[in-house]
Amino acid sequence: MNKESAAALKGKKKQILESWMSNQLQDAALRDDLISVSELQQQSEEFLTSLLKAFGTSQAEDTESAGYEPIHDILNEISITRARQGFSPRETSSYILSLKEVLSQVLEERFREEPAILYKEIISMNKIMDSLSLLTLETYIKGREEVILRQTNEMSEISTPVIRVWEGILALPIIGTLDSARTQVVMEALLEEIVATGSRIAILDISGVPTVDSLVAQHLIKTVSAARLMGAECIISGIRAEIAQTIVHLGIDLTNIYTKATLASALKMSFSMLNIIVSKGSQNNQAISKQNLGF
Amino acid sequence: MERIPILKMGPFLLVTIQVDLYDRLALTLENDLINMVSKTEAKGVLIDISAVSIVDSFMGRILGNIASMSKIMDAATVVVGMQPAVAITLVELGLTLSGVHTALDVEQGMELLRGKIGQLDTDEEGLYDSFI
Repeated sequence: MNKESAAALKGKKKQILESWMSNQLQDAALRDDLISVSELQQQSEEFLTSLLKAFGTSQAEDTESAGYEPIHDILNEISITRARQGFSPRETSSYILSLKEVLSQVLEERFREEPAILYKEIISMNKIMDSLSLLTLETYIKGREEVILRQTNEMSEISTPVIRVWEGILALPIIGTLDSARTQVVMEALLEEIVATGSRIAILDISGVPTVDSLVAQHLIKTVSAARLMGAECIISGIRAEIAQTIVHLGIDLTNIYTKATLASALKMSFSMLNIIVSKGSQNNQAISKQNLGF
Repeated sequence: MERIPILKMGPFLLVTIQVDLYDRLALTLENDLINMVSKTEAKGVLIDISAVSIVDSFMGRILGNIASMSKIMDAATVVVGMQPAVAITLVELGLTLSGVHTALDVEQGMELLRGKIGQLDTDEEGLYDSFI
């Protein structure tokens, strides 16, 4: 890119910014629900200023040169922010590509009389913008991957709470598919909680597990055995009809594990195992308990 | 040579392992414990492994052996206070110690053993009753 075109572009900066903005705003893909116009304007102006400055340097065509560093920073930030805000890849890349169109128009006006130079300049400008748009996409994907990774981690943490339902009774509602990594998390969380609370019974509720195959069953059996080694008994509850069918068809042996259809019946069973008696109070008792609750 | 003390508490034997078990120590313990069971005619053996942080398959097997041997000599074995990491390791090794009773701590282990003794007593009474 020669000095003349850089100067021409610099001279028309205001015009470029305006048409670029209108291009971006016209684009049906623009998500004005995710980014405000003023924010976009500010972002674009900042980017354009750095870009035109880089065009003026001697190494204008080398996007890895020092002159492009601020541009890389801005682009990285924009792409990552957009990835987190939920822009699509098309919306993100059209940010750079819509600028390319405007720049070629300006160059065309400047070098209308000299097609050979125009051709050369357009090619070189294209090269720069393409490499920048590649960078944008690359960063965008990286940002998305970060989001996915974070969500995966959160999912495995959130979906395995250990609840203390009664003194000495823990409940562990398992939601989602059980794979080896999650079983490890679930098992550790359960065993730690058994030690911390001194609970003697743990109820594993699998109503939230969509399918049980032999691998999942093996993981469940492992968890039960580990809890048993520590001196706590496990009850598996929430077994749906289709899961019971699968278990029997697969020939999985659950005979030495307590299983119940619902969490309620598992809780009832744990009460009888711990010799706890829960009963409905009479009218008189109700009055007393209401008093205790502060009514 | 280092030995693990075995305490007699009424009809039970109490072993608390405070050091990491190496193979020879575990074998000595097995030997001592079984001799002690036969000498004192203990009805139950309680092994506290709450301080043990490392186990291998050999340790798991020794525990299983102690349980089976005691059972032959009419004593129940309860292992108490197993660490979560130890439990996970044993399960991954495929050792579920099926013949061994477990409890969370010494207190619950004692309770369990007492329950077993009571059971035996009533069983024996029932036996006599049926004779009469």
